[in-house]
Amino acid sequence: MHAECSRGLGSALVGLAAMVIAASAAVAADPIRIGSFLSVTGGASFLGDPELKTLEMYIDKVNAGGGVLGRTLELVHYDVGDDVTKARTAVKRLITNDKVDLIIGGSSTGTTMAVVPLVEKEEIPFISLAAAVVIIDPVKKWVFKVAHTDRMACGAVFRDMKKRGLNDIALLSGTDAFGQSMRTQCLDLAGSLGIRVLGDETFGPKDTDMTPQLTKLRSVAGVKAFFIAGFGQGPAIANKNYRQLGMTLPLYQSHGVASKSFIELAGESAEGVRLPAAALLVAEKLRANDPQKPVVTAYKTAYESKFGPVSTFGGHSHDALLIAVDAIKRAGGVDKPKLRDAIEKTSGFVGTAGIVRMSAADHMGLDASAFRMLEIRNGDWVVIE
Amino acid sequence: MGVEFLQFLLSGLTVGATYALVGLGFWIIHTACGVINFAQGEFVMLGGMATAAFLGLGMPLPVAIMLALAVAVVAGLLLERLAVEPTRNGSVVTLIIITIGASIFFRGLVQVVLDKDFHPLPAFSGEEPILIGGAAVMPQSLWVVGATAAVVLGLWLFFEHSLHGKAVRAAAANLLAARLCGIRVRFVLLLSFGMSALLGAIAGVLIAPISATYYEVGIMLGLKGFCAAMLGGLRSGWGPVVGGLVLGVVEAMGAGYLASAYKDAVAFVIILLVLMFMPRGLLGRGARSERV
Repeated sequence: MHAECSRGLGSALVGLAAMVIAASAAVAADPIRIGSFLSVTGGASFLGDPELKTLEMYIDKVNAGGGVLGRTLELVHYDVGDDVTKARTAVKRLITNDKVDLIIGGSSTGTTMAVVPLVEKEEIPFISLAAAVVIIDPVKKWVFKVAHTDRMACGAVFRDMKKRGLNDIALLSGTDAFGQSMRTQCLDLAGSLGIRVLGDETFGPKDTDMTPQLTKLRSVAGVKAFFIAGFGQGPAIANKNYRQLGMTLPLYQSHGVASKSFIELAGESAEGVRLPAAALLVAEKLRANDPQKPVVTAYKTAYESKFGPVSTFGGHSHDALLIAVDAIKRAGGVDKPKLRDAIEKTSGFVGTAGIVRMSAADHMGLDASAFRMLEIRNGDWVVIE
Repeated sequence: MGVEFLQFLLSGLTVGATYALVGLGFWIIHTACGVINFAQGEFVMLGGMATAAFLGLGMPLPVAIMLALAVAVVAGLLLERLAVEPTRNGSVVTLIIITIGASIFFRGLVQVVLDKDFHPLPAFSGEEPILIGGAAVMPQSLWVVGATAAVVLGLWLFFEHSLHGKAVRAAAANLLAARLCGIRVRFVLLLSFGMSALLGAIAGVLIAPISATYYEVGIMLGLKGFCAAMLGGLRSGWGPVVGGLVLGVVEAMGAGYLASAYKDAVAFVIILLVLMFMPRGLLGRGARSERV
């Protein structure tokens, strides 16, 4: 039945295009094969677990709605843990054995970067779910990404500081990969936004007390605000220590702690803290006319009705899949060069991470508006306009 | 300057006290059977995580803590009975590897049975800092330091003045002679695992309000506790205590006066130097050769 539909469509077109469509119609019953490699187990399972669940859920959804171009989507997935070698093997298998049409995956920057050379060599469209800016800068022909970069989070925080006249700040960052990426990007960006970082200290991700670092930073003259950039419980401990030391300067945290568990861990000390976060986190609190509101609310409802609290990471695979589906439709099939071009021309796609406008020079397509500044008041988020 | 120094010192002593508690757990088992129990950090985790779980069931904090300590002790006893006891005549290396396996097992079990999230515990006596000479101290820190002091006193009384304690020391000194004197060596082993699990769990419960607890919290604390034990030496119970406090203070001073990035490096360099020049630890006088 599907084949007949596309054959009918094909006959309506003329010339070369008609021949191409007719040719693809012959195999139209074949599913479109989406390859995926995620960190579902291991240390990064908090990324891969919601990503896989979302991917499966939305592929079922697309198929229930009749598939794409009359073809169903089929997921071929390999769990690679934190292991870059496994990631490379998985992608090799996806390309040579499973013959997938495109690849979505790479929960972490490490597993993503490990497969980039392979993807470039084999010329297959690849949408990464990881965050670091190195994935798309410099631009790689076949590689795209959907997640925010750390640099954008720094920008959001610095612009908010600037607005409040807090130009001189102290930075406390984690020594883990996330904290160090934030530190590098923020220090790099600070000058151009007119922010001076007067104090710069770090903490170990498993440290239980950051009082010494904060005491040291407190003694730096001229500091008007504090910025803690880290992931996990470390920033929450630092936040508590900050209040315990009686420090009252405005305090910022990063998107690394943009989840309810941070408020739980930091308790009362979180009051008044500002941080950047994706729209998904505050879906209900967005203004009614916010273009992202329907998208993030729909995803949040769908995910939470099935699995429990939503995370931005699952949102990334939602965005990646729908960008791919949109591009397959525009490309009229899964011819790899055409699909790649179609992904690159994605413009105005509204995802959970923001509004995506890709180009040949920008394989992510998100701008600063993707991050919302939040303030924690009475144990809940308030969106700062 | 003075206030800063005081702040670093007080922070260091708090953290150091938890290292000391974990280190004492290493010492007890090492005393009883000459093995370093690498599952010690997991007892810390069990104490915190079980308390959080019982709190989640709606129990009051003291009840939750008591039950959690019981859970950890049972885990310690089971470890001894099911994994260590059957291979008691194996080499020390075998036993150490068993304890590493047990630690992975405990982490996996908690991850599956409970969850992978961070859990904060409420502070025992509020979160209002106490100012000492301008430096802020949390009431919870006083609990940590106080409990460590109480544990040290309790252990000293046990080992020096109770029959069971003396039995443990006797078994450690000479297994065969102890057995000939009618000491039940198997009981001594069981006792030491139970006690060290209890100590670890106490540390876990005390530190959870400060640092939050989760299924992997024991890895780093276990390592730091091990460092404390090595630094102070395992010849006497004072070794881990002194080692823990020194380690905590050095870390705090390192983070405060040097770059915080080198905080752990400073601590490890000191440990290396101590082990190089005083292989038995700071308090490791004595010539008796031991198997480690």
